[in-house]
Amino acid sequence: MSTLTSPSAEAAPTGIRALAKRVTPQLDTLPTAAAVVIFVGMIVYGEAAYGRIVQFNTLSNLLINNAHLVILAVGLTFVIVTGGIDLSVGAVIAISSVAGVMLINAGWNPWLAMLLMVLIGTAFGTVSGILIQYFHVQPFIATLAMMFLGRGLASMLSTEPERVPDDSPLRSLGEQLKIYDGPKVNDIVLTPGVLIAAAVVAAAFFMLHRTRTGRTVYAIGGSEQSAALMGLPVAKTKMSVYIISGSLAGLAAVVYTARLGSAQNITGIGWELDAIAATVIGGTLLTGGAGFVLGSVVGALVLGLMNVLITRDGGIPPEATTIITGGILLVFVLLQRAVLARRRE
Amino acid sequence: MSANARGPVEALKGLVRRQYFWGIVAVALLLLVNLVKDPGYLAVSIGPSGNLAGNVIDILRAAAPVILIAVGMCLVVATGGIDLSVGSVMVVAGAVSMEFLKDAPDTVGSTFTALALVIAVSAALGAVNGVLVSVVGLQPFISTLVIMLAGRGLAKVITGGQNTAATNETFRWIANGYVFGLPVVFLLALLVAVGVGLLVRRSALGLMLEAIGMDAKAARLAGVNRRALLFTVYIFGGVLAGFAGVFATASVMTVDVSRTGYQLELDAILAVVIGGTSLAGGKFNITGAVVGAILIATLDKTVVFLGVSSSATPAFKAIVIVALCLLQSERVRRVFRQRRAAGTARPAEREVVAA
Repeated sequence: MSTLTSPSAEAAPTGIRALAKRVTPQLDTLPTAAAVVIFVGMIVYGEAAYGRIVQFNTLSNLLINNAHLVILAVGLTFVIVTGGIDLSVGAVIAISSVAGVMLINAGWNPWLAMLLMVLIGTAFGTVSGILIQYFHVQPFIATLAMMFLGRGLASMLSTEPERVPDDSPLRSLGEQLKIYDGPKVNDIVLTPGVLIAAAVVAAAFFMLHRTRTGRTVYAIGGSEQSAALMGLPVAKTKMSVYIISGSLAGLAAVVYTARLGSAQNITGIGWELDAIAATVIGGTLLTGGAGFVLGSVVGALVLGLMNVLITRDGGIPPEATTIITGGILLVFVLLQRAVLARRRE
Repeated sequence: MSANARGPVEALKGLVRRQYFWGIVAVALLLLVNLVKDPGYLAVSIGPSGNLAGNVIDILRAAAPVILIAVGMCLVVATGGIDLSVGSVMVVAGAVSMEFLKDAPDTVGSTFTALALVIAVSAALGAVNGVLVSVVGLQPFISTLVIMLAGRGLAKVITGGQNTAATNETFRWIANGYVFGLPVVFLLALLVAVGVGLLVRRSALGLMLEAIGMDAKAARLAGVNRRALLFTVYIFGGVLAGFAGVFATASVMTVDVSRTGYQLELDAILAVVIGGTSLAGGKFNITGAVVGAILIATLDKTVVFLGVSSSATPAFKAIVIVALCLLQSERVRRVFRQRRAAGTARPAEREVVAA
């Protein structure tokens, strides 16, 4: 980008131009940067208005309660960067957690059951991928079918909440580990679930931003045809993004069930929309070709923090929560729109 | 139709080549399954007041709201867009009408006032979608997602989180009444579908919508008023969703803020896709959307009739969608075509001509 600026601009770097030059290459990251700014702003506002936000235990709980959403959002980032969408993740969580908990209760080895929970997600992702790549079903419809299938199968298995036995290793993944013992209850607390989420984020960051597969994901989002003409492995990569998204949904089911201790067929209704919203807030374009793993993490935390603030406020009726979510989403996409319009000029 | 002039055989062949043909086959199959379970399933009796009654009539009644939103969705999808907000618009319309009728006298006048309110509110929500898509230039998916999230919250705020009930005989009649022995809702929905179908196919309107869906820039260069058309389409979709909301709430005269219209946008999208309208935009088929809506209603009723828990219905929907998508996909069609070509040479030749 900067190489395209005219020599005269190079010769006379007046204050504004120099600033513009420094900002221009980072326009891609602006929505993500805005998400970070708004996240910090929300924390500052929360601290000023309600207090007890910038505290170890509040922030630890924010991570613990949103670990599953972070995992989902990371998975969706891959899919959305290719220009696709995955509506099935919420339903995959339902089928995977209900099936997993029922198997544990039926006497299966819990670790094997957990592995199976992830593999159920993998299977759903694979079927979506096959439908999309080899039968040219639109991603929206293919993953919608998988969403219906997952939800329906989960309802067939059970419509009652299935409890995980308290001594099960699955519960241990949701156990709170005190890292730092602060005064009163102000501790830094982590769960293995948070660590899993962190590992997922790190691995996804490496894969999407540092490997050939990651480059191909972006290339497909930019233009699938061009990517194919360049000889990039389009079919393989498109299959793998849906498999990644499905598997991560299965993993999110493990993390969420471990924290909650029970599973039900109505778990995860609408979470695909939360995850899409988190991804969009984090600066990923729904048209594909642009986005960041870390942005999606921030997006998920923005949504989580918003729930904390609404609970703390107490004056906002719970019915209005979705209105606020919608409003925040709108602000972010308008911002992206403004950035894109600027770049096109 | 010119197809009729060529004789019934040709007309049938034309029907088979339509994408919604498989939808009709699926409806017939489902009815057949029901018939096997209960040989009297298709029986239609005439009730004491001269109204038709029976399972098929129930299916038509259940299909009415889906037909309405599917017709609206069809036009939106033709422009290359999508409207995720219809379910939420339905619940807002239901909430507004119930809140109004709760305190209004039980007269025909209040029914019409309620309907006017519904039109105003649903048109306003549709207009927000329209502005976001056509003026601001946001993606339809995300703009309507915003309204989808906000709309359900809005309905909850309107009713204070309660499931409001009301009494109004005329309003109730819309959903439960009969004209010519058929349910009013179905006749109204059919009227809308036929009206819209004639309007867009007998004028250039349909072509213009398809042009926008194919290539927005080319359409603009060809003189299509993209902004105004998109705006109209989203408002129209909103109003139809509002009426669907009236249908859904008037039958029980209660709005359930968390369940009315819930995920019905997905049913509408499915109906449209089953009918052969591509989500990529650029082509649409109103008849197909109506067939799709009837298929979804038939499927819902069948699953319940077979004694499967209604919460498991989505799994059957998934099977039907996957089956239809596979039948419509190029890869499977090619296999069929090759098999037919291997059987006899002549029909294969015709396929090539048709293609």
